[in-house]
Amino acid sequence: MSVYEFRHTESPQAAADWTRRQIVMTDLRAVGGRAYPRINGMLREPSWVFFEILLPFLATSAFVFVYRALQAPPQYVGFVVLGGAMTAFWLSVVWMMASQLYWEKSQGNLELYFAAPMGFMAILFGMAVGGIVMTSMRAAVVLVVATVVYGVTFEIDQWFLLLLVFGLTLAALYGLGMILASLYLVWGREAFQMNQLLIEPVYFVSGLNFPVMNLGLVGALAIATIPLAVGLDAMRQLAFVGSPFPVGTPSVEVEIVILIAMSIGFVLAARVMLAALERRARRDGRLSIRWQ
Amino acid sequence: MSVPSGPPAIDVRGLRRAYDVKPTRVVALDGVDLEVPPGEFFGLLGPNGAGKTTLIKILTTLLLPSEGTARIFGFDVVEDVKRIRRIMNMVAGGEQSGYGILTVREQLWMFSQFYGLTRADGWRRVDELIEAVGMGPERLQRVSTLSTGQRQKMNFARGLLNDPWILFLDEPTLGLDVAAARSVRELVTAWKAAVPGRTVLLTTHYMAEADDLCERIAIVDHGRILAIGSPTELKKRVQRESIFRVELDHLDGGPATLAALPGVVSAAPAADEGGPADRQSVTLNLILEEDGALGGVVVALSRLGSHILALRKSEPSLEDVFVELVGRGFADEDGPAPAAFAPAPLVDDAHVDVA
Repeated sequence: MSVYEFRHTESPQAAADWTRRQIVMTDLRAVGGRAYPRINGMLREPSWVFFEILLPFLATSAFVFVYRALQAPPQYVGFVVLGGAMTAFWLSVVWMMASQLYWEKSQGNLELYFAAPMGFMAILFGMAVGGIVMTSMRAAVVLVVATVVYGVTFEIDQWFLLLLVFGLTLAALYGLGMILASLYLVWGREAFQMNQLLIEPVYFVSGLNFPVMNLGLVGALAIATIPLAVGLDAMRQLAFVGSPFPVGTPSVEVEIVILIAMSIGFVLAARVMLAALERRARRDGRLSIRWQ
Repeated sequence: MSVPSGPPAIDVRGLRRAYDVKPTRVVALDGVDLEVPPGEFFGLLGPNGAGKTTLIKILTTLLLPSEGTARIFGFDVVEDVKRIRRIMNMVAGGEQSGYGILTVREQLWMFSQFYGLTRADGWRRVDELIEAVGMGPERLQRVSTLSTGQRQKMNFARGLLNDPWILFLDEPTLGLDVAAARSVRELVTAWKAAVPGRTVLLTTHYMAEADDLCERIAIVDHGRILAIGSPTELKKRVQRESIFRVELDHLDGGPATLAALPGVVSAAPAADEGGPADRQSVTLNLILEEDGALGGVVVALSRLGSHILALRKSEPSLEDVFVELVGRGFADEDGPAPAAFAPAPLVDDAHVDVA
């Protein structure tokens, strides 16, 4: 064997015939491979400390001061801090999941991903895993810094349930990101406008800085459709147990069911959409035509 | 080892691909038929917009054909997508793939994971290929800081990560300097020679590259294959006569003496002989009906007392073949060449008067 022959195969037909195990292991390795640049990239760009911690912290601070000026219950400061931390995940879903395939196409990566033998869902999972690891660190820093600076007191009885809700929220959020990524596969420059459309309105209807129940019917609709809204609502109920006023609705148990349904439904929908849209993109030539 | 028997490496039948580009429908491929046996280094030669890249996109499963069929080692590009992706790879010129924040080593390892190499095998394979492409000193350098040539070497290493049976090279030396282009060509040749049956499909509009590397070439224009053959066969298509350039110490009676000989189509002084102005020798361009007529010329010169100082046969180039087939040169891609930029003559000596 030489450097020019790494894995000897008798014929192209033999090389093309993979076992089930080979297929699964390739997909799993592809998840790790795609997550790698995100996790390592985070450690190589210290500028993120400024852009993704200081700026969200300042945005959170504005609401904190407003609530303090209005002499709102201290739990409201906690709501804002928790919402501020979760902001990072929504931004990650919009910019690093949904529109990521557009960037990948522009760079020429997309056609290499599709030309490789792994399932494309593995790439989306890799993007999600990398995004979750990277964003969790950022969100944790925002949460800790804001909690210390503004003296937020959390009252948590069920740590396990809180972590479960957090995990399910991320699963549902990134599942939604996979759906959006599939859609962006056939969209072009409209992706930028879509991103703008997805940020501020979703912040508002998700109740990022206030309990979403205050929005009435709109809040209920948000809880039924947007993972950020339902996840935040459940986490607030679990993180401020002793609150003298209702923190959220419906119950945490119901919201867990909603999150589980969203997680599974979004990932399955993304898989179906990806297959359909990949075929459409191959038909229209959109996998390789850049800047469109 | 021998070339594995089996279906052709590439088998294309009646392939057609049209794009809806408003307000018109652009036909990129218009009924292409092509068969490439396993183990061949095959070239697609044509100007920009000829349909080369469209054909590669279809063969690499990135684009669906509008009509017709295409198979890679017997696998259909529409139905057997995954199987094809397991045995092929592709490298394009000017490729900017990957992530600038990663090092060369990390970037290649990331791609190795997409082909199912284990973590350890991936790193080992990457290190071997980095050495093979001569990027040892740059292995820990960030991708964003690489020069064009270095980046293309890295791309080539990426293309070999999975030991493909068929490698698609789309203008792989585009934008490279002479040394880097030569290095890439040597790598391709060495890789292909290592295992019988490995097949390469190269698209290029560098004539010399196609001539140097390819066993057979298809000349493509406006979505159609105009001619297929080995470089020698293609050149023969445009060389209907034998053309020689001969330098003599003197020639009594002038070129007309030779022009009257049997088998000689024409004999004319070379327009630009070069050399010192006081040189006494005579340089002629001889056009013969066939190579065999040269014997009669040599005998006649001997009788005339002329000594042959130099004799060279002029060969047509692939560009001459292209001009003959298409009616324009590569530089004139938008239509027939205007008179002021008429196609080059059919031989590589530009000053030979073929009329």
